[in-house]
Amino acid sequence: MLLVFIETRDGKIKKSSFEALGEAARRAAELGAPVAAALVGPADAGLDAELFARGAARVFRLESPAFAAYSAQDYALALKTLADEVKPAAVFLSATAMGKDLAPRLAAKLDAAMASDCTKVAVEGGSLEFTRPIFAGKAFATLRLKSAPAIATLRPNVFAAAAPCGGTGETIVKAVAVPDGAVAGRVAEILKESGAEIDVGEAEVIISGGRGLKGPENFALLRELAALIPRAAVGASRSAVDSGWIGHSHQVGQTGKTVSPNLYVAVGISGAIQHLAGMSSSKVIVAVNKDPEAPIFKVADYGIVGDLFQVVPALKDELKKIFAE
Amino acid sequence: MEILVFVKRVPDTESKIRVNPETRSVVEDGLNFVISPFDEFAVEEALRLREAGTGKVTVLSVGPDETTVILKKCLAMGADEAVLIKDAGRETYDGLRTAKLIAAAVRKRFPQFDLLLFGKQSVGADNGQVPSMTAELLGLPQANVAVKLEIDGGRGVVRREIEGATEKVEFSLPAVVSAQKGLNEPRYETLKGIMAAKKKVIPVITPEELGLTNDDIAPRVEVVKIETPAARQAGKIIPGSPEEAAKALVGLLRNEAKVL
Ligand SMILES: Cc1cc2nc3c(=O)[nH]c(=O)nc-3n(C[C@H](O)[C@H](O)[C@H](O)COP(=O)(O)OP(=O)(O)OC[C@H]3O[C@@H](n4cnc5c(N)ncnc54)[C@H](O)[C@@H]3O)c2cc1C
Ligand SMILES: Nc1ncnc2c1ncn2[C@@H]1O[C@H](COP(=O)(O)O)[C@@H](O)[C@H]1O
Repeated sequence: MLLVFIETRDGKIKKSSFEALGEAARRAAELGAPVAAALVGPADAGLDAELFARGAARVFRLESPAFAAYSAQDYALALKTLADEVKPAAVFLSATAMGKDLAPRLAAKLDAAMASDCTKVAVEGGSLEFTRPIFAGKAFATLRLKSAPAIATLRPNVFAAAAPCGGTGETIVKAVAVPDGAVAGRVAEILKESGAEIDVGEAEVIISGGRGLKGPENFALLRELAALIPRAAVGASRSAVDSGWIGHSHQVGQTGKTVSPNLYVAVGISGAIQHLAGMSSSKVIVAVNKDPEAPIFKVADYGIVGDLFQVVPALKDELKKIFAE
Repeated sequence: MEILVFVKRVPDTESKIRVNPETRSVVEDGLNFVISPFDEFAVEEALRLREAGTGKVTVLSVGPDETTVILKKCLAMGADEAVLIKDAGRETYDGLRTAKLIAAAVRKRFPQFDLLLFGKQSVGADNGQVPSMTAELLGLPQANVAVKLEIDGGRGVVRREIEGATEKVEFSLPAVVSAQKGLNEPRYETLKGIMAAKKKVIPVITPEELGLTNDDIAPRVEVVKIETPAARQAGKIIPGSPEEAAKALVGLLRNEAKVL
């Protein structure tokens, strides 16, 4: 069995969980194994049907009053309890903030080997192989995990979710006994960052700005562009972040976020090696820079050499036209 | 407060990565090794906590002999002690193996502690595994990717980044916290610190001394291959006035690249 941890936020299943489920279903078909989804904690009854429709044959609902607020130790306990019983060949989680926090804890609990932030999963000679970026994408390592189960986190936006079909399946509810206060630590509160709806790690389009923007106020230009495009987010170079022009959660690069959106637009960014490491796996790259020698043009599919303060407003007008259609 | 900080020796972020397909590993000749950038935030945070109260900061690393260079840097920044857990092996990508070495060292040599500080991820392996795994092995609460840490008596509060928001995590001590950029601004070593660090002896612990057998620390991640991606090709430069170029670009993105 391949087991997929399903993450919900505000009562909805995250897109990246559907992606992990889709990939699990494809690899499970090759292995001739079933696919199951695990929901931890309170979740709307309607969610099961969505999971059946997208590849899960079974949905395990793991329940305890302790699961109302996320805690890595309690959620890991829930998944371990299930894994001990159903003995999956692998557990997939998406490499979201929660998945990255939870997966290694689960791996240690199960004494299992783990591959982080995978961008490819394959079946070779009957076992799973995981390919993942190292050095933020300067290289890729293909790994085999010599443990049962194997634990893997899958990078958001890389794997296709299965198109919903009218599948049905079985829901299995399991009560999990959580020892009281054995380890103390849980999420007390979630504070929304104003305006920032989509994280760069999850966006399909990223409009990034660098030192060429000259000041924090000019990030408004990029926000306006991003607002016109569905599922777009604003990113930044480290120089822009370190200058205090934008929060560090927007930083793209080797010490920021590694991203692979469909479209990455670098505005006033030179293309230092640390920046390129974080965004070179984007499907299409556009650069806007006044310096024709800027290294960013070496990786860009489309480039405009020019002053961003003229080019960005012109882009905005064009986008308005096509999205108004 | 007793604080243990875990740091890793990694190739610096300027490095061009070359791969030896035969050995299925990254070529290390000519690379410059440094303390992993996120670990510097962890060291800085430990020093600030000590300065705000009392206690001791001990820095530990699992790695080869050359790791003493980064441990000396931590001493020069102001850490009280540094210890090397000797591990000659090359990068295994097996976070649990490292976490087992760390957990064994903590249990055997540093059973009294309040806080274990890590970087959120080691540059290179990019695993982000060791902090949570160590927390599990030692039965501690965890708060990862911290951009803010407050300790008050026996409790801690961390702000951590999640998608488009921050999460407030509350926990009791002892605990594991991993550092994200934004937590603080790491200090530079002072000349006085560098001189003092020179004189300090860095004790070395071996896995055997921690009671770990070769079996216990055999990597369970098998590297099938390591490859560098095909270099991207420079694409089209779109000519014309800003307006013409913008119009042409949007057309190309829509009709040729099909990403809009
Ligand atoms: C340990 C370490 C980690 C790092 N990690 C990261 C990381 O994760 N991410 C990252 O991005 N960097 C990282 N860096 C920093 C990196 O080396 C570069 O310094 C940084 O990426 C440069 O940012 P920039 O391109 O915005 O600025 P610059 O290099 O100054 O480039 C600005 C560009 O804007 C252009 N420009 C200026 N005005 C205009 C205009 N009016 N119109 C059009 N173009 C204009 C210029 O031609 C220039 O190319 C790291 C560095 C270190 C040492
Ligand atoms: N060999 C090591 N020695 C000491 N600490 C380590 C080692 N490897 C990882 N760590 C710690 O664990 C964090 C996350 O590393 P990783 O799981 O490899 O991404 C690092 O930032 C360090 O704080």
